[in-house]
Amino acid sequence: MASASQAVASEDVALSVRDLTVSLPAGMERAHAVENVSFDLKRGQILCIIGESGSGKSVTANAIMGLLPKAIRVTSGSIDLNGTNIVAISPDKLRNLRGRVVSMIFQDPLSALNPLMTVGAQIEEVMAAHDVGTAKSRRSRAIDLLVEVGLPDPQLMYHQYPFRLSGGQRQRVMIAMALALEPAILIADEPTTALDVTTQAQILKLIRDIQRRKGMSVMFITHDFGVVAEIADSVVVMEKGHCVEQGSAEQVLKSPSHLYTRRLIAAVPHLTGKDRNPLEAADRASILKVECLVKTYRSGSALFRTQRIVTAVNGVSFDLTQGRTLGVVGESGSGKSSLGRLLIKLMESDGGSILFEGRDVAGLTEAEFRPLRPKIQMIFQDPFASLNPRSTVGQILTVGPVAHGVPHREAGERARELLSHVGLDSGAFERYPHEFSGGQRQRVGIARALMFKPKLLIADEAVSALDVSIQAQILKLLDQIQRETGVSMIFITHDLRVASQICDEIAVMHRGQIIERGPPSQIFLDPKSAYTRELVAAIPGEQPRGARALAGVNEHRRDTAKNEERS
Amino acid sequence: MTDIAAHLPPIRWWHSRGVRRFMRHHLALLGFAMIALLVLACVLGPYALPYDSLHIDMRARFAPPLSGHHYFGTDPLGRDLAVRLLMAGRVSLLVGFSAMLLSTLIGTLVGVTAGYRGGWIGAALMRTVDGFLSFPSIFLVLALAATLRPSPMMITVIIAVTSWMEVARIVEAEVRSLREREFVQAARMVGLSGRHIMLREILPNATGPIIVAASLTVARAILLEAYISFLGYGIQPPLPSWGNLLNGAQQYLASAPWLAIIPGAAITIAVTSFNFIGDGLRDALDVRDDHI
Repeated sequence: MASASQAVASEDVALSVRDLTVSLPAGMERAHAVENVSFDLKRGQILCIIGESGSGKSVTANAIMGLLPKAIRVTSGSIDLNGTNIVAISPDKLRNLRGRVVSMIFQDPLSALNPLMTVGAQIEEVMAAHDVGTAKSRRSRAIDLLVEVGLPDPQLMYHQYPFRLSGGQRQRVMIAMALALEPAILIADEPTTALDVTTQAQILKLIRDIQRRKGMSVMFITHDFGVVAEIADSVVVMEKGHCVEQGSAEQVLKSPSHLYTRRLIAAVPHLTGKDRNPLEAADRASILKVECLVKTYRSGSALFRTQRIVTAVNGVSFDLTQGRTLGVVGESGSGKSSLGRLLIKLMESDGGSILFEGRDVAGLTEAEFRPLRPKIQMIFQDPFASLNPRSTVGQILTVGPVAHGVPHREAGERARELLSHVGLDSGAFERYPHEFSGGQRQRVGIARALMFKPKLLIADEAVSALDVSIQAQILKLLDQIQRETGVSMIFITHDLRVASQICDEIAVMHRGQIIERGPPSQIFLDPKSAYTRELVAAIPGEQPRGARALAGVNEHRRDTAKNEERS
Repeated sequence: MTDIAAHLPPIRWWHSRGVRRFMRHHLALLGFAMIALLVLACVLGPYALPYDSLHIDMRARFAPPLSGHHYFGTDPLGRDLAVRLLMAGRVSLLVGFSAMLLSTLIGTLVGVTAGYRGGWIGAALMRTVDGFLSFPSIFLVLALAATLRPSPMMITVIIAVTSWMEVARIVEAEVRSLREREFVQAARMVGLSGRHIMLREILPNATGPIIVAASLTVARAILLEAYISFLGYGIQPPLPSWGNLLNGAQQYLASAPWLAIIPGAAITIAVTSFNFIGDGLRDALDVRDDHI
């Protein structure tokens, strides 16, 4: 098979990776970051490399760019770029290729841009570093590039510093920099992961348009099958440093042959559009009623008249029935996380009321509220930051109940019981958080929230930091817990697909306000507000209406693309 | 579902990795060995030597080093310098360590409270720190030492009171950033009291910088003690300390230079060793944040 693919005329192939093996320093969890990986990037195509964290997809990209850290080396194999094996050439020659022939865009545009240089200067620097053009021609080219990536008012944008731009604008600047030298190959390492869905959709469209206009080859690294369905021509699936499957996007998405691919695709959350079966709860009492909740942030100083006031939560009202799950969805800055922290009183509200079991808790002091804390618990977003690294899992679980007067022994027993309930063995009790993977830590976080048998669970982006397959497990666990304990849940997320999986009702937040509320079927199939419609349409790999299979989308896209080309 | 359980050996990796990193720091290792040697010598040495620190041998005044049983020579009263140096070391090191413990304690408490509480409490505490820092500490120490009756205990307190501010600042900055971490929010969520969160949740995570600051404070405290004792306001003879040994030596610099050189060398070795240890600890402990 290898010989067959090598027989493919080399004009068709922009980049060819053969038997690439990259070794890790001794003492890491495995010997090779990437082992015997081979694939071809064809000219004028988008190749998606997909895999979960630790699959070696970013290492592969960095190996191609020659940007591997010193401790990690390519030990065998070749990377063939226009007939040159770039594994073997000198750093100077490689530097010459970088930017000119291959260039790269990164996941986090804020840390990839120099904060002390204007946008224009950074684009020009790329050209200057390769001695392209004169100062004057570089300047006009920089402005052309800013136009090309669709930034508004390029003359003004030229003089801006990165911190003044939004995430999407920064990513556009990164793309402009990557395009500065008209490279034949663009490597995009999770370029949309840090962005909101609507912005993600715009950036994906931009990359696709530019790729088509310039006939570039793009290697796109992602963990999201939705994104793959959206832009890929061909796909390479990686697992633990091995390439487990490759083929055309259609083939891989529609009829995956490898077990791992099948499992991954099955784990991708889809818009269901169907409403969840509500629990058979005899008790239909309202557990939480929020009225006109307001939170404003003040920064700067009133004294020096530099005060800025931002209203994060602006008159939010809703109620939640016992045993139900309310999803709060919105993009970053919509105030959804602030809302979560207000409800659990990790932050004080500036107005409105929070009626928990009929009692207004909004005005209570910390000391007055403390006895109620066991009833409202939270699952945090970051499974790494939310567990104290210096405490054992046992201490993390029992410290709360013990502080509320539960005897050590009893708390310990409950902790062990819950650990096995959330799918960890009870040996976890003695261990420290760093010994666990992200998904396992999140299970510990869930166990901690359940220690008190709470009435209300607030999950703040509880699955956002996890790989899809782990995400699916955690969602299942939360669902199971709710069915067993009848706990009410508020599920805060930016991912509408996830929300559609677990929520009975969804509230869409935008600029601190709830602009639409309703069952998933209404939100996803028949959204009332324009913003919700936009949000739903931006979900990668899904058609706006209905929950058709992922794969159909691709054909649809290609057809429309062809039509566009013709016209 | 229990198949996803952790099957890892119970290694506290940051311990082992930190230790390994410290071991790789050769100067720190050297410093550690020197301090260990010095402490051992000061504790056990005087019993092994043939003379008492107050024994006066008028016939052997100003004996140079390596004359007879006086390995380091004798002082103007014919007392054995070796045994006096080790007895002085006991006092100086003890003052240094105790001053470090006391100032670290004060600094940590102030820093944790200021960092966690923030608001006007934090502002008031940190402005107090700034106030203490704006005093020229040597003058403060000398003024206090001149008015209070100098005893090793009093000197320790004086040194601690003038050197806790640095620890407070380091701890405050560290705690302020730790306070925003999700595990602290989680601790509030389960209903822990502010004091519990400060001392049991946050403080263990700030031990790295505290230990580094403490090891550097010992060096500073030893120097300060030597300084005030040299000026005659510190530890009073006949109780020896490295500082007042130097004081006694100044008029004989030309005729009996070993009286100054030997205690001077002891101070230098102790101070540099502690500084090396501090550097090594900084390198060994600072990488605590690179999880996995």
